[in-house]
Amino acid sequence: MNDPILEMRGVSKSFFAIKALRAVDLTVYAGEIHALMGENGAGKSTLMKILSGAYRPDPGGEIRIEGKPARIEGPLGGRAAGISIIYQELSLAPNLSVAENIYLGRELSRSGLLARGTMREGVGPILERLGADFLPSTLVAHLSMGQRQLVEIARALHARSKILIMDEPTTALSAGESERLFALIRQLRAEGLAIIYISHRMDEVYALGDRVTVLRDGRLVGSLDKQDIRADAIVRMMVGRDVSSFYKKDHDPEAGKGHPVLSASDMADGLRVKGCSLTVHAGEVVGLAGLIGAGRTELAHLIIGAATKISGRIELEGQPIEIRTPGEALEAGIAYLTEDRKALGLFLDMSCLDNINLAVLGRDAKLGCFLDRDKARERADRAFTGLSIRAANVGVPAGGLSGGNQQKVLLSRLLAIAPKVLILDEPTRGVDVGAKSEIYSIIDNLAKTGTAILVISSDLPEIIGICDRVLVMRSGHIAGEVRRTETAPLTQEDIMGLATGTEHLDA
Amino acid sequence: MPDSGSTQAKAATANGLAAAQETKRQRIRLLIRAAGMLPVLLLLCIGFHYLSEGRFFTGQNLGIVLQQAAVNTVLAAGMTFVILTGGIDLSVGSILAASAMAGLTMSKLPELSALWLPAAVLTGLGFGIVNGALIALLRLPPFIVTLGSLTAVRGLARLLGADTTVFNPSIPYAFIGNGSLTLVPGVASIPWLSVIALLVILVSWLVLRRTVLGVHIYAVGGNESAARLAGIKVWAVVIFVYGVSGLLAGLGGAMQAARLYAANGLQLGQSYELDAITAVILGGTSFVGGIGSIWGTLVGALIIAVLSNGLILTGVSDIWQYVIKGLVIIGAVALDRYRLQGSART
Repeated sequence: MNDPILEMRGVSKSFFAIKALRAVDLTVYAGEIHALMGENGAGKSTLMKILSGAYRPDPGGEIRIEGKPARIEGPLGGRAAGISIIYQELSLAPNLSVAENIYLGRELSRSGLLARGTMREGVGPILERLGADFLPSTLVAHLSMGQRQLVEIARALHARSKILIMDEPTTALSAGESERLFALIRQLRAEGLAIIYISHRMDEVYALGDRVTVLRDGRLVGSLDKQDIRADAIVRMMVGRDVSSFYKKDHDPEAGKGHPVLSASDMADGLRVKGCSLTVHAGEVVGLAGLIGAGRTELAHLIIGAATKISGRIELEGQPIEIRTPGEALEAGIAYLTEDRKALGLFLDMSCLDNINLAVLGRDAKLGCFLDRDKARERADRAFTGLSIRAANVGVPAGGLSGGNQQKVLLSRLLAIAPKVLILDEPTRGVDVGAKSEIYSIIDNLAKTGTAILVISSDLPEIIGICDRVLVMRSGHIAGEVRRTETAPLTQEDIMGLATGTEHLDA
Repeated sequence: MPDSGSTQAKAATANGLAAAQETKRQRIRLLIRAAGMLPVLLLLCIGFHYLSEGRFFTGQNLGIVLQQAAVNTVLAAGMTFVILTGGIDLSVGSILAASAMAGLTMSKLPELSALWLPAAVLTGLGFGIVNGALIALLRLPPFIVTLGSLTAVRGLARLLGADTTVFNPSIPYAFIGNGSLTLVPGVASIPWLSVIALLVILVSWLVLRRTVLGVHIYAVGGNESAARLAGIKVWAVVIFVYGVSGLLAGLGGAMQAARLYAANGLQLGQSYELDAITAVILGGTSFVGGIGSIWGTLVGALIIAVLSNGLILTGVSDIWQYVIKGLVIIGAVALDRYRLQGSART
C-alpha cells in the first residue's frame, strides 16, 4: 500500500489523574475505511477530539499527516490539517441555508457584504457529486437527518479534507438512509479519501471496514485486516479486561423466585423504544445493559411516566397501573435514580436536608402544608449516618458535595419513600471507588429486604458484579437475556455479543 | 531525617494557617451573604441624614419613607415568588390599576360598597391565575405572557372607569390608606399601609420557609426538570406564584385606592413592575430562580424608597434622581455577583 495519510505514534491524553488515552498508535491510509471500535469510555471520543484540535495531546506523542509532523491546535486546527469530523449530534445551524452552513466561518463577501449568490454557486458541484436532492438555498431545518449528514459531508469536502471521521453516523438514520450513506462512503473511498468510521454496530463494520482498530480503557488493543475481521475476535478485544478484583455477587438460587413486582410489557415511545417487555421480581437485581443510544434510559423514562408512551402496560404486584407522571410513579412506589444527577436529580443550591426530604415533604407535613422540620432533620441525619454521606452538616448545599456524596444524597431521597421498585440509571457514574462499593452494598441490602431493583449501566464489570440477571437492549429492543447460573457466571462477552448484535452474524 | 521532619512541620503549619485564613474568608463571605444589602441600606440612610443636615432620621420622615415603600413592598413580595421560580411578572402595575378601578367601582354601589376591598384583591388574583395558567398549561414564556397582559389589563383598567378618574370620598376602610396604627400614644405610630406591607412580608416568609409549597417553589426555580422528576406538580406551583403575584397586585391596588380615594385606569401603577423587579433583584434574589429570600426583598424595597426620599431631601433634581437610581441598581447587582461567587451556582 502507499504511504499512510495519517500516523499517530504514542499519543496520550490525561485529565488530571485520569489517563483517557495511553500511548495509542493509529495508521490510516488514503482510500481506506478504517473502523474504530471500543466500549463506551474506551477513548474513541478523546482520540477524535485530539484530531479535531479540541484537546491537546500530552507531550511525547507524534501526529504525522502525509508524512509531515502536524500540530493540531484550536477548534479550527483539525480542519486546517485536512481532517473533518462528523459528530453524532450534527453541528449545523438549522436556521441557515445549506450553502451558508457549508461556508460557515469562511463566508465569502464582496466589499463587506455577504456574497450569497457566489456561495450558492460554489457548493453546487459538490452537492451534485454527492447526489444531493436539495438546493443550496434550502434551509437546513427543512432537511431530513440523512440529508443533513450529506451537508456535513459536503462541508468536509468543500474544506478539501483528506481525512473524514464519522462518529456513529447511522444512529439517527433510517435503514434506507443508512444504505445510501454506505454507498456514498464507498464512493468517497474510491475518490481517495481516508475515512475513520466509529461504530458500535458489528454489521456496519462488516459491511464497510477495510481495517478495524479496537481501543479499550484508553489503550490500543490491536488492528485487524479485512480478511481477519470476525465478530467474536472483536468482542474479545473490546472486553478482555481483568475483572477478578471487582465486586462480585455470588450466584443466589433464590434470586428471581420472589413474586413479580414490576412487570412492563410492550413499552414503546415511537422513537427510541420499540416494544420492550421486562419483569423484575422481589429481591432481584436485574441489569439493563446495552450500548449508549440503545434506548435504556428512554425505557426507564417510559416506565416512570417521564416520557409519553404510545403503547405498553405496566403491572405493579400483579395489578395493572396507569402511570402518567413521575409523581404518580413515586406514589405507586416506583423510584427512579437519574443518570444525570446534576441536570435532572439534585437541587444544587438547596440544602442536603431539603434534597433528601423532597419526595416525602407532603406525607410528613403538619396540618397538610407546614413542614415538619424535626422529622426532616431526623431523616436527613439518619441518611447521613446510614449511607455515610460526608459533608459538614445536613444544611450545606448539595452542589458543594463530591460526586459520590451527591449520588448518596439523591439515593436517600428515593429510599425515603421506601420504594417497591428502584430503577437506578448509571448509579456509579462519576463516583469515586470508595463510594462505588458503598453504593453496591446499599443495592445489595435493599434487594435482601425485598425491593425489586433494575440497574441500567454501561459499566459491564459493574453489571456483572451486582446483578442476578441481565437484559440487553439493542436499537430499542430487548435483544436478549443473560442469566447467572450455578456453573456459569455472567460474562462480558455474552452481554457485548447481544449489545452489538453479533449473535446472529456468527450463527 | 530531622531536616525533612522540620520541613514537614513547617509545611503543616503553613497549611494550617492557609486553612484558617480560608475559613475566615468563608465566614466573612457567609456574613456578607446573610446580611445582604442591609449595610447598603444603612449607609444610604446615614449618608442622607448628613447630606440633608439631619432631616432624614425624624419620626415624620421615616413615616413617609415607610408609607412610600409600602405598595412597592407588597408588589415586590409577589414578584419574589415569581422570580424564585425563574419567571417574571411584568403585569403587576396594570393589574394594580385594574384592581383599584374594580374596587372603586364596587365601592360606589350602595349595598356592596363594603365589599370593595375583597373585590379589588380577587380581581388581582383572577388576572394572576390567568397569567399562571397561560404559562403553566400552554407553556408560553412568562416574559411574553405578562408583557401581553401588561398591555391588555391596562386597557381593561381604562375600560372599567370608561377612561375617567373614579372618585369616592366616602370609601369604606379609608383608614388603611391614610391612618396610622398608634403604638405609643402621642409618641410612635406606624402607617396602616406599612403594617399591611409588613404582614405581607411575614406571611410570605411563612409560606416560603415553613411550608411544603415553599420548598417546591425553590425546587422549581432551582431545577425545573429535576422538580418534575421528583414528582412535584410544576404546573400547580407556577399557577400559584402568578396567582400570589396577581393577588398582591390587587392588594396594592386597594392600598392605592384607599390612599387616594380615587383611581385612574391610565395613570395608576404605571411602571410599578420595574420598581418591584428592582426591589427583588436588589434583595439578592437570583434572576434565574431558586436563590433568594423575602427579607432581601424588603431591604430592596426600602433602598428604593430611601433613595427617592433622600434625593428629594438633599435637593437633587428630578432628572438626576433617575440617573443615580439606575446606577445604584447596577452597582448593587455587581456587588451581588461578588456575593454569589462562593455558591454552588452563579
